Amino acid sequence: MSSSKHCSNSVLAPRRTTEMAKATRVAFGEALARLGATHENVVVVDGDLSCSTNTRKFSEQFPDRFIQLGIAEGNMVGVAAGLAMAGKVPFVSSFACFLAGRFEQIRMSVGYNNANVCLVGTHAGVGTGEDGYSQMGLEDVALMRSLPNMVVLQPADAVEAERATEFLADYVGPAYLRLTRQALPDIFDADYSFEFGKGIRLREGKDLVLVASGGVVANCLEAAELLAAGGLDAGVVNIHTIKPLDEQLLREVASNTSRVMTVEDHGVVGGLGSAVVEALSEMPDVVVRRHGVLGYGESGTQVDLYARHMLDAAGIAEAARRFLAPDVEAVATG
Amino acid sequence: MVVLSTKELSGLAQELRADSLKMIATAVSGHPGGSLSAAEILATLYFKELGFRAQEPSWPGRDRFILSKGHAVPVLYAALCRAGCIEEEELSTLRSIDSRLQGHPDHVRLPWIEAATGSLGQGLSVSVGMALAEKLDNENNYRTYCLMGDGEIQAGQVWEAAMSAGNFGLAKLTGIVDYNKVQLDGRVANIMDLEPLADKWQAFGWHVVDVDGNDIDSLLAAYDSARANDEKPTVIIAQTIKGKGVSFMEDTHAWHGKAPDDNELEQALLELGVGAAQDN
Repeated sequence: MSSSKHCSNSVLAPRRTTEMAKATRVAFGEALARLGATHENVVVVDGDLSCSTNTRKFSEQFPDRFIQLGIAEGNMVGVAAGLAMAGKVPFVSSFACFLAGRFEQIRMSVGYNNANVCLVGTHAGVGTGEDGYSQMGLEDVALMRSLPNMVVLQPADAVEAERATEFLADYVGPAYLRLTRQALPDIFDADYSFEFGKGIRLREGKDLVLVASGGVVANCLEAAELLAAGGLDAGVVNIHTIKPLDEQLLREVASNTSRVMTVEDHGVVGGLGSAVVEALSEMPDVVVRRHGVLGYGESGTQVDLYARHMLDAAGIAEAARRFLAPDVEAVATG
Repeated sequence: MVVLSTKELSGLAQELRADSLKMIATAVSGHPGGSLSAAEILATLYFKELGFRAQEPSWPGRDRFILSKGHAVPVLYAALCRAGCIEEEELSTLRSIDSRLQGHPDHVRLPWIEAATGSLGQGLSVSVGMALAEKLDNENNYRTYCLMGDGEIQAGQVWEAAMSAGNFGLAKLTGIVDYNKVQLDGRVANIMDLEPLADKWQAFGWHVVDVDGNDIDSLLAAYDSARANDEKPTVIIAQTIKGKGVSFMEDTHAWHGKAPDDNELEQALLELGVGAAQDN
């Protein structure tokens, strides 16, 4: 892992990752450092987490445009709003949970001012691992999504994280970028083109569709293989833009299968699952199952926690089977 | 801008008080006490200290003023009106539907408002961001001013912001505390005492000026002192009287957030010596 010389912590790659795998926070940090050269107004605001959020690389290349505010995130969010309203393009990086904890400053100083601030929350969900619940972003999407002018992005691999970061450097308005602590397998090629607001059909399927975002998308693709081996045909849709949501695509895939299971490393209240349910609420024949984190998180390896919360491929496949069980039984007995 | 005398600025402060009370009476809601205590501060800022263009709210070189104690916004709207930024007719729309003059400052609706405030404790952080941006660029040479309430600085975020401004040596940032000693529930000293207040700011790396905040010349001297210091941010502890200028509103929390009725308004305007309530 390409950690900086000043940063002692390194990413523990999950066991089943590929050689190319990278955490989306790492890809973000690399993209941001590149963008610094082409975007003079980009500044980075951090609160004593640059080694973890991966803004350290930017800070080394552009020390004058890196603003260290210490462990004072409420002030950090307000300072970013002031920088933005004075013409800067601040990327504010912290853990997802600490940004969510400053929702008051985000709603008031960023959202209500329509300030051009990009909030970057790393350590999404139980994928955070050993540190346990206090460091896990499990409510952040619910909160950010609730602000009328906030866009919410969550890339599924390193390439998509790079493209999303590049997009946000030019996007004007409040934005939230959600990133993983853990390394993720590559899904997209290097020439991948990011289309804001567009969901991506990664796999077609006629029995159900898995609608996923972030670190669990690759696991959904693997789960679809497991399901296929058992005779179930599952589609997979990647939602990198949780808000604004690609409702048209969701209605299309929902009308094809009538069974939708959302998958996310976030609490089941208010996140992607809720957004999808809201989007499909007027489709009477569609049933949506929200699959995500129940309760508070806990300590453990990322692999163990994904198994516990059924967010690894086997767990997602099992959750899908249970969701479809009545249909499967009907076929079996019919 | 014409240079106004102390007497003229004093008279303007009284006009701002009268305008504030008329607006609040028309809206039948609003915050008189903290608007009246800040009248001299707003008069000196908008008619002496701040550089701005009345018809070009986004002029990059303007000095920034952030009203962190957002509930005192009537006195800011009054100042913007007298400064030629907004029309007098608009003042009567305060707090009504579709008005740009929201109950608390709204940056998106009204471009002369530098930042939305009203959720207390956040304005100094935003001001630090604006002062930092100025320091980063050296393109636009401006100063940033932030008016805080005394009750407001009980909020922890204010001290996070104060620590960062001191750390960065933001000499072109001036904080002003409207120290009127009274907050919504009662006396500040009884609710959560701020003293020793000057020591606190000094300890956070600020240049401190303690003045009579209802006295024009004292405020002007304080701004000069802030300008003369090129190493530290300055805080002006403005010793003021809540509800200043209207006998029955002075030094009481009863008029923190209550609108005067017709009779009370008439008496208030008489005391302020700026004419009857003809606009209502």
